[in-house]
Amino acid sequence: MTDSVAGISGMIIEKLLANPKVPRDIDGNSKIVEDLAFDSLAVMNFVMEIEDELDVSVPLDKLADIRTINDLAACLHTLKVAHA
Amino acid sequence: MTDIFAKHAGLREAYEGLTAASPRNPFEVVIERPISASVGIIEGRETLLFGTNNYLGLSQSKKAIDAAVETAETMGVGTTGSRIANGTFGLHRKLEAKLAEFFRRKHCMVFSTGYQANLGTISALVNKDDVLLLDADSHASIYDGAKLSGAQVIRFRHNDPVDLEKRLARLKDHPGAKLIVAEGIYSMTGNVAPLDKFVDIKTRYGAYLMADEAHSFGVLGDHGRGVAEMQGCEDGIDFVVGTFSKSLGTVGGYCVTDHDGVDLMRLCSRPYMFTASLPPEIIAATMAALEDMQERPELRIKLQENAARLHAGLQKVGLKTGEHVSPVVAVTLETVDQAVGFWNALLENGVYVNLSLPPATPDNRPLLRCSVMAAHSPEEIDRAVAVFGEVARHFGL
Repeated sequence: MTDSVAGISGMIIEKLLANPKVPRDIDGNSKIVEDLAFDSLAVMNFVMEIEDELDVSVPLDKLADIRTINDLAACLHTLKVAHA
Repeated sequence: MTDIFAKHAGLREAYEGLTAASPRNPFEVVIERPISASVGIIEGRETLLFGTNNYLGLSQSKKAIDAAVETAETMGVGTTGSRIANGTFGLHRKLEAKLAEFFRRKHCMVFSTGYQANLGTISALVNKDDVLLLDADSHASIYDGAKLSGAQVIRFRHNDPVDLEKRLARLKDHPGAKLIVAEGIYSMTGNVAPLDKFVDIKTRYGAYLMADEAHSFGVLGDHGRGVAEMQGCEDGIDFVVGTFSKSLGTVGGYCVTDHDGVDLMRLCSRPYMFTASLPPEIIAATMAALEDMQERPELRIKLQENAARLHAGLQKVGLKTGEHVSPVVAVTLETVDQAVGFWNALLENGVYVNLSLPPATPDNRPLLRCSVMAAHSPEEIDRAVAVFGEVARHFGL
């Protein structure tokens, strides 16, 4: 399920929904900061959880260009392919 | 015209919300004057100071005061220049030699602040071809140094050697230099880093290790050389960075190392080069405070006793503190409103601590951060604990 961008996106949404404070209607196009009300630290800490799942490390500079859940999934997918 | 301040709208909203709910602005507390290391006048009242980082009380060292006065009278009050131009006096060299000797290292560079020591060391050691591995709870000066360096930045879980190793393993084919950065004592929580375990990992993976001992210099270790000394792993730490603005009571920062390559840092570390050097009276006071610290090891013993007394006292009145007993004792609360109310009540009852709010705190929880001093008397600590207990009861905690 984590071999494709869509699969990673689904996994991220599942992890996010485990947090009761996250709105229930999120999808791949949801904006992480605006729609989920995550601050910069919350984003970095959340990414850490996903990193373990996929066995990759996301350099902080990559986070600067990420707006949506799908952006994050694409970034993780690229790193996973490069790491494989 | 685009409003240049529009980007601060979110910050303004948060700031106004916070200050509207607080009888006083927590960011504008004025210590009208210190009466001693442990008592100052705030809002016209004598207030117990439990948030100054003045761990050994040496901001009030007679020896340091005399040295500063004498030096200001003989050399003036400033250098008016950069270390690489006209800003290096004999005193700067003397302080660097004294610190290198104290830490038993070959080299020392002195910076104008502790913030600049981290900025200047990190940004000179690594560049875009290298990787920095930062403890997730690192101080802002470490994150800012990382940004200035242009290196790839990877965070590892706070104080977690297993997580660090996992991330280094993922980098096995990366050709760049790897620099791990950890702090001795973490400034917000008082947590102590497992530097000995990090040394083992960095050795096996061919990485470098930098330790920021800002809050542990003068505080931990038999001679006050910090967590690395306490854990017996100094030989494995490549670079030690720290500040004079805590245990030595003045201002400024340093980096000590055995690596000869550090000499060229003086010619490529921008935060070292492009700023005025420390004024001579500050250097003289810092040297005198360092001597004071070395001559009075009992200050460290008293500090540890005081830290244990405050830590145990706060736990006894039912408050949640960190597990480590260190001179930083942080009480964790659940909501910002609760923390703001609690902090105001402490101040109104004569106890000053630091109000630390997310995102500057770990776990998104607010902290009432206390720092203990050797100069606190047992009675002052007991009084602070009693006030904490009364306020906690008032808030139903």
